[in-house]
Amino acid sequence: MYEIRIHSRGGEGGVTAARLLALAAFRDGKYATACPLYGAERRGAPVVSYVRIDDHPIRIYSQIRNPDLVVVLDTGVMEAVDVLHGLKPGGWVLINAPKAEEIPGHRSYPVDLTGIALSLGLVIAGSPVLDTPVLGALAKMGIISLESAKAAITEMFSDERNVRAAEAAYQELLP
Amino acid sequence: MLTIATGNKAVAAAVKELRPAVIAAYPITPQTEIVEQIAAWVAAGELDSSYIPVESEHSAMAACIGASVTGARTFTATSSQGLAYMHEMVNWAAGARLPIVMANVNRALAPGWNIWAEHTDAFQERDTGWLQVYVGTVQEAYDTVVMAYRIAEHEEVLLPVMVNLDGFLLSHSTQSLETDSPGDFVPPFRLPHAIDVAHPAGYGTLTGPDDYFRFRWDIERSMRNSSRVIRETEQDFSRRFGRTYAPVEEYRADDADVVVIAVGTLGKEAEVAVDLLRREGIRAGSLRIRWFRPFPDLDLSGRELVVIDRDYSFGFSGILAGSLRARTRADPYSVIAGLGGQEVTYDDIAGFVRGREPGRELWFGVDRNV
Amino acid sequence: MTEIPREEFVLKCTSACAGCPSSLALRYVLKAAGHDTVLVVPACCTSVIQGIFPFTSLNVTVYNIAFAAAAACASGMSEAFRKAGKKTSVIVYAGDGGTVDIGLQGLSAALEREEDFLYVCYDNEAYSNTGMQRSGATPYGARTTTTPAGKTHPKKDLDGIVAAHNPPYMATTCVAYPQDVFRKVQKALSIRGPSFIHLLAPCPTSWRFSPDLTIEMGKRAIRSGMWILYEREFGKVTINSVSKAALKNPLPLEDYLSPQGRFSGIGQREKDILISQARKMAKRLIHEEEGVC
Repeated sequence: MYEIRIHSRGGEGGVTAARLLALAAFRDGKYATACPLYGAERRGAPVVSYVRIDDHPIRIYSQIRNPDLVVVLDTGVMEAVDVLHGLKPGGWVLINAPKAEEIPGHRSYPVDLTGIALSLGLVIAGSPVLDTPVLGALAKMGIISLESAKAAITEMFSDERNVRAAEAAYQELLP
Repeated sequence: MLTIATGNKAVAAAVKELRPAVIAAYPITPQTEIVEQIAAWVAAGELDSSYIPVESEHSAMAACIGASVTGARTFTATSSQGLAYMHEMVNWAAGARLPIVMANVNRALAPGWNIWAEHTDAFQERDTGWLQVYVGTVQEAYDTVVMAYRIAEHEEVLLPVMVNLDGFLLSHSTQSLETDSPGDFVPPFRLPHAIDVAHPAGYGTLTGPDDYFRFRWDIERSMRNSSRVIRETEQDFSRRFGRTYAPVEEYRADDADVVVIAVGTLGKEAEVAVDLLRREGIRAGSLRIRWFRPFPDLDLSGRELVVIDRDYSFGFSGILAGSLRARTRADPYSVIAGLGGQEVTYDDIAGFVRGREPGRELWFGVDRNV
Repeated sequence: MTEIPREEFVLKCTSACAGCPSSLALRYVLKAAGHDTVLVVPACCTSVIQGIFPFTSLNVTVYNIAFAAAAACASGMSEAFRKAGKKTSVIVYAGDGGTVDIGLQGLSAALEREEDFLYVCYDNEAYSNTGMQRSGATPYGARTTTTPAGKTHPKKDLDGIVAAHNPPYMATTCVAYPQDVFRKVQKALSIRGPSFIHLLAPCPTSWRFSPDLTIEMGKRAIRSGMWILYEREFGKVTINSVSKAALKNPLPLEDYLSPQGRFSGIGQREKDILISQARKMAKRLIHEEEGVC
């Protein structure tokens, strides 16, 4: 089982990103569940979402303690939350940033999702859309296929700029 | 169609297939998405139901009652405080023999305000004459709502059904979902005692002890009939759609020395704990109680039981443990866990089994061996 | 004068008290409504006067429902009938307790949603069914079993509350004027959307007057100006002629109060309050009718 924890702020699309990722994994022929950890959060509050991907039906509903991958959609939450908590040794970190510092014991993947969203004009209610470009980055990391990432985005959104955003992130992320 | 959905979305999607004539509901966290989705479909003309945006849960059930007695198929959904507020009408719906289907998204009762999963809200309604079923996956939520209509509207049942799903854990979890059209699996609704103005009648008039007693017995008789109707419906569902359900879902329980018994998502998580324990050489199994009313017949002789209650009846016991003690003479290790959304993992469940003390009660994370 | 059908829907076997105003008024409500009607009844005197299962004294379909639930139940029923293409009239027949107190929230919501049914509140100004406890509709100074020294709060302005929802049709009426009851129910049922009728029901049992005086007490309520007959149709107020005449030359308040045991021992201060409230109400209605408000 592959376990992913997504950190974001309320309104940034972390919950949707988790759903999109589950859908893409599902289109890849895997089993997947996405579950946001709900507080009484409002826009701007730190939010955590979980995604599990497996070859077998998933029966676990509890929180992910030791993720294989941590996704940080907003580096601002890192001041309040220990995003690396419980990350498996050698586990990966995908960070929405033009470049990221080295994280000892882990491999970090920086990608400027915000820049991609802004360059395409993907802004909703004043916030850049991060949940669709991040799928492209996850595809480049091999978590899902690019084809399924695009299929998932097309299923959930009609604006085709979302697909282009995913493609851009796929291109930009260094493997 | 094969897609992904949350538990809430799955409930709404099943309701859409069953096309209730009248849907009356009041939004409450974490049920909200069910109501919003239905309202959106009705507004878009995709669901030809009359949607009544009532001002309270009491009115939601009252409106369903008023509609149902005309012979209309109805639906409502609620959670926690809403179910408690609705309680008077919950009794009424069953007493009036109206096969209303309601989704309840299990959530803890205040105070303090707590929006997370707990089963006390629905267990408190166990004596109202409603059939109660608790689901463990998104697909099961969809399938069970479909089956609930067929069971509720069956002429030998004619009692309302409450479909329960764990708040957030399932209501907001996204999983794959096959949205088969039920086709003729659920026959058209015909209420034998529907209002017919050509034949005036008084419904719910003053009733003396003898007749009242007989009506109560009728409810119990139908409740007993429902066990058979549930089995038949689940078997027919399996034949038609290929997904198999039972009143109690067993997992590796056949040869088990110790059996974990739980409800809802905890029952699914327990299966993972069972695999873990088996690898350690402990012959564990699990039972997930789906239908809590009518309460299932269980043969648990010769096994040790670990019962997990995400609920409590103060001054008595965990409600599931108490029910099992009453019906099986078992003396389980009773674990109270997950109240107010407390995190309970498969590791924790495996720990309950390893440390089991028959006859004792554990309040997980609060106290050892109360 | 309108021809009132001879057919009876309230049969001669009710278990109502002698001189019961609500069962008498119901005769005319149902004569106006006819066969194609469902009466929705929350807990009130009318729950009892139907008689005991398996019998009923009412020859229309009656759906009995919990105390607070009448308006919501009628909403669901009306929606279901419309959805099935049926024109069946849904009429709530509720006492003042089920309307001004425990049922007010559901009534307000149904009015706001513009549900298509008629709500009749028969107002006997107390929880008469359970032995004369105070309700929000009990007038100032009246003794009930829970206001043994006389009520120290004025009667709730139910009509003001209902009017604030702007229903297409609302009216007051009184059991002492059966033709008025009949006409207003017919009119209410002819209008699509929510309609509301507030019916004064002088109750010999809880007001403590002789059962042969029910009609007389109703007449005195209107003639003294303590109860005003009017209609509000699409916002336009019409004070009915009997009340217009009464307001010009009202009967002394004493003529209305003195036969009623519930007002025995009432002081001048309480009487002044009752009169000033009645005058205020009359003034408001007259202004509304003239379009001055």
